[in-house]
Amino acid sequence: MGPGRPGRRPAARDEGQDMSGTGLRARLDAGGFAVTAELGPPRGADPGALLRKLAPLRGWVDAVNITDNAGAQVRMASWAGSLLAAQAGIEPVMQLTCRDRNRLALQSDLLAAAAMGIPNVLLMTGDHPRFGDHPDGKPVFDLDSVQLLWAARTMRDEGRLLSGRALTTRPGWLIGAVENPFAPPAGYRAARLQKKAVAGAEFVQTQFVFDVAAFARWMAEVTGLGLDGRCRILAGVGPVRSLRALDHMRTGVPGLHIPDEVGRRLRAVPEDQVAEEGVRICVEIIEQIREIPGVSGVHVMAPGYEQGIPEILERAGLAGRDLRPAAPTLGGADAH
Amino acid sequence: MSTRTPRSSSPDAAPGAPAWPRPARPRLPARLAYRLQRAVAPNPAYRWLAGVLGRSPAAYRAFTAAERAAKGAVFGCRMCGQCTLPVTGYACPATCPKQLRNGPCGGVGADGSCEVFPDTRCVWVTAYERAEREGHVADLLLLQRPVDHRRAGQSAWVSYWRGEDEGLWAPAGPAGARPPATKART
Repeated sequence: MGPGRPGRRPAARDEGQDMSGTGLRARLDAGGFAVTAELGPPRGADPGALLRKLAPLRGWVDAVNITDNAGAQVRMASWAGSLLAAQAGIEPVMQLTCRDRNRLALQSDLLAAAAMGIPNVLLMTGDHPRFGDHPDGKPVFDLDSVQLLWAARTMRDEGRLLSGRALTTRPGWLIGAVENPFAPPAGYRAARLQKKAVAGAEFVQTQFVFDVAAFARWMAEVTGLGLDGRCRILAGVGPVRSLRALDHMRTGVPGLHIPDEVGRRLRAVPEDQVAEEGVRICVEIIEQIREIPGVSGVHVMAPGYEQGIPEILERAGLAGRDLRPAAPTLGGADAH
Repeated sequence: MSTRTPRSSSPDAAPGAPAWPRPARPRLPARLAYRLQRAVAPNPAYRWLAGVLGRSPAAYRAFTAAERAAKGAVFGCRMCGQCTLPVTGYACPATCPKQLRNGPCGGVGADGSCEVFPDTRCVWVTAYERAEREGHVADLLLLQRPVDHRRAGQSAWVSYWRGEDEGLWAPAGPAGARPPATKART
């Protein structure tokens, strides 16, 4: 049971799943600029609600994150949302949090995702239930995000569970993580990404970037540690659509930092133009992020405004590229 | 943990019931804690003591109660039974409301406050500051293996002296890529 190389998949063996040809992995393996978006499943049993929000994203993104009870609020399960997306021809990134499941459930859900052909998983701690719609619920947090990443990579690369028991078929997903470059302690944030990369993260999506200078400083540390090569960095971006949203993001979202300059710009325009100014700021931020060395893509978060994502991407110069899932023959970890 | 008066909105349980994890501020200066580490490091006498305690359930209970009282008062110890204090700046990660053993979550406030209990300081911010001040930041790169919940309530000191804590963490280099499997225990 030799250690696998961190952040790298060994050559596919007969007993392992091969998901090497999928869109996001192929894009990142090829050194392209990846685009992902985020979608929350509905609070209800209607698959159509999810599919309607997904439809405008087709052809614009490499993959769509399907959130897992985001904000500790109950929604349709992320695995089901991910399956619906895959059936609709849009590659999913299945988010999975440590908040609601112990190590048995986490591992079985990961196996289920692999069996259903979900090619990407994003493993995170999750918001505390205290802030959700069931603050009376029991928080689980049996594993933390680093331990879950570690467990997932061991399942895939070593073919073993946390218990050490062997899997009959190794899963083949691409493993992602999240990081917040802006939260204290500032000196620990790049190192924490290093821990996640060593544990198994092959890509990371960040918290919303509004403070591009702070993000660039973090990126300099990340590239200084050589992390961008083993763990691709996708910068989180999104438009602030109203002054109410601005206030909420400033005060109601833990770990989110919005510089005063953004607020000044949004307040400087007439009320009916705030949404447009928010989109303009988002587009400018994407353009600035693309200039930062080591950045492999953007992750667009626009809850309730998914239909506006293509316009943002187009204005940021991310249209007109071949954003369709790459053909299987192009990709594969072995080819690079 | 129970010394703090819970706010009405806090999920802390009633007095007497186990409180929810809540960031604790260590009452021992980090420098002193690192120095005292040598005082509890395994030696033949401690190994003998661990053997004696292992044979006498009553003595083990008494010793564990004393450890609980001492570490509870100083570190807010919750008796997970597998102590990471020496590699977390002597700030106890078991007091993190999300039970994170590998560093802070992304919800830390700009002022270093805990996301879940904003009137407390994130225990990982505390850990980082203490470790940095004492030149121990590299400890925070170690990969901490999942908690073995069978050890809850046991004496971490006795386990330490018995040599049962080896493998609690792994270096975050290529050698740390060893699988995170929990050790089989009887």
